[in-house]
Amino acid sequence: MSIRLTIISQIQQVAAEQKKTLAPLADDLPLLESGLDSLCFAILVARLEDATGADPFTAADGARFPNTIGELIAFYEHVAA
Amino acid sequence: MSQPESLSLADLLEAGAGAGRAIETMGATLPLDRFSEATSLGGSFERLEGRSVVLMAGDQLQTAAALIELDGQARRIVLCPPDLEARHLAAVARDAEADAVVYDAQSQPPQGVDVAVAAPCMLPLRPRSAAPVRRHATEWVLLTSGTTGDPKMVVHTLATLTGAISRNAPQAALQNWATFYDIRRYGGLQIFLRAVAGRGSLTLRSAGETVDDFLIRAGAAKVTHISGTPSHWRLVLMNRAARRIDPDYVRLSGEIADQAALDALSALYPRARVAHAYASTEAGVGFEVDDGRAGFPASYLGEQENGVALTIVDGSLRIRSRRAALRYVGDDAPDLHDREGFVDTGDMIEVRGDRCHFVGRRGGIINVGGAKVNPEEVEAVINLHPGVHASLVKARKNPITGALVAADVVLNEGVIEAATLKEEIVAACASRLAPHKVPALVRFVPSLAVTAGGKLARSG
Repeated sequence: MSIRLTIISQIQQVAAEQKKTLAPLADDLPLLESGLDSLCFAILVARLEDATGADPFTAADGARFPNTIGELIAFYEHVAA
Repeated sequence: MSQPESLSLADLLEAGAGAGRAIETMGATLPLDRFSEATSLGGSFERLEGRSVVLMAGDQLQTAAALIELDGQARRIVLCPPDLEARHLAAVARDAEADAVVYDAQSQPPQGVDVAVAAPCMLPLRPRSAAPVRRHATEWVLLTSGTTGDPKMVVHTLATLTGAISRNAPQAALQNWATFYDIRRYGGLQIFLRAVAGRGSLTLRSAGETVDDFLIRAGAAKVTHISGTPSHWRLVLMNRAARRIDPDYVRLSGEIADQAALDALSALYPRARVAHAYASTEAGVGFEVDDGRAGFPASYLGEQENGVALTIVDGSLRIRSRRAALRYVGDDAPDLHDREGFVDTGDMIEVRGDRCHFVGRRGGIINVGGAKVNPEEVEAVINLHPGVHASLVKARKNPITGALVAADVVLNEGVIEAATLKEEIVAACASRLAPHKVPALVRFVPSLAVTAGGKLARSG
């Protein structure tokens, strides 16, 4: 599965578990308007670390954190590349 | 020279005299009816009088013999736990002002301790010429694992250690004890003392002995009273040999006893009184709960008729009792008691209605984005699932919230590790717990590490 698909499916799963309603996912959707709260993001990041072996939030040394869904995907694609 | 104010351990033993009493481990027996005429310390016994003795005998039987002989003879006994690391020994001996050591005669005297007397301990007991006269009010020093650095040393007396033990009426039924604990720690020492002060025998688990073998021996020894941690008891519950014993009394202590374990034990041993006890090395035996429910009645708070007082300060249980330790050893040791004489246990309590529930250690709390989670509270919910044998909840570092709740789960034998099972466990947690307390990550593991003391190993 591509990183993009992995991330999208994990977002949907976490939202379902946490009973959150997701906004329509698009690359330019701001993360904080996606419907996920910080606990959801924390869980998402942990799950993605298990799935991809990477935690770009911790690895990113002073790098800018992603703001949108597209940036989040790029963030993971970048460390995986 | 101080005169003992109360009976020595040998006096207690003789008061419960009876032929055939013994302490048994796998393949070895220490008879309890010979101590007036026999010794494990041989010619060294007299030289230990009035000394501060580091007791690091070879095993539990040697330890038992030496304790019976040294109480009233030594000024101080420092009871070393079996896993005391050699690197801590020098500090222990120094802080305890030790001038003697008792060691296993089959090994070399311990290195790195500078003492006047090194006394080898040997079993079986050998005859001695005359019954000893005991002149000292011996201090008993127990070790507790500090979170870092050298162990903390806690000063008790035989009186504080036996404060919770009622003397048997002569016509009372015989009690044969067994324990999963090692008698070189507070929990096991309590059982050793109960056995010595009673009229029956004691069955101890040997190092490395399987739960099966221990249960079979305990059954053959007609054990009536048996104690262990909830983690020990979960091992029993999944063991085919569990029905080899038919106890009158089952005691859980040392960890939070959850409802699932209490219910399962009551079902397994319908004849037994299943009780969970609260005790710590520092605070002593606090209380016992035998109504079959987890937690303890809120009516225990305040001063009890037996002189034990409980209070909750900042969520943590504090105990004032004549069974509590007297102080810590060491020049720069912290105070053991607060100004009102209470010992702060660091065990966190939540009062729900008329019941007080243990929700974990003050230090063990997981902080999820500023919201606190007690691992034991989550474990109790996970353990209610019928497919779950045991669980360990811990923090997983997280760049978003600092930490997340993660759960390692051991399933019952024969239960399939299905993804749907994880979902069920998470759903059960979500229905009972705040969202940040629900495990974000559930992992099935074959077993959980248990410390030498029989508790779930919690790292950091």
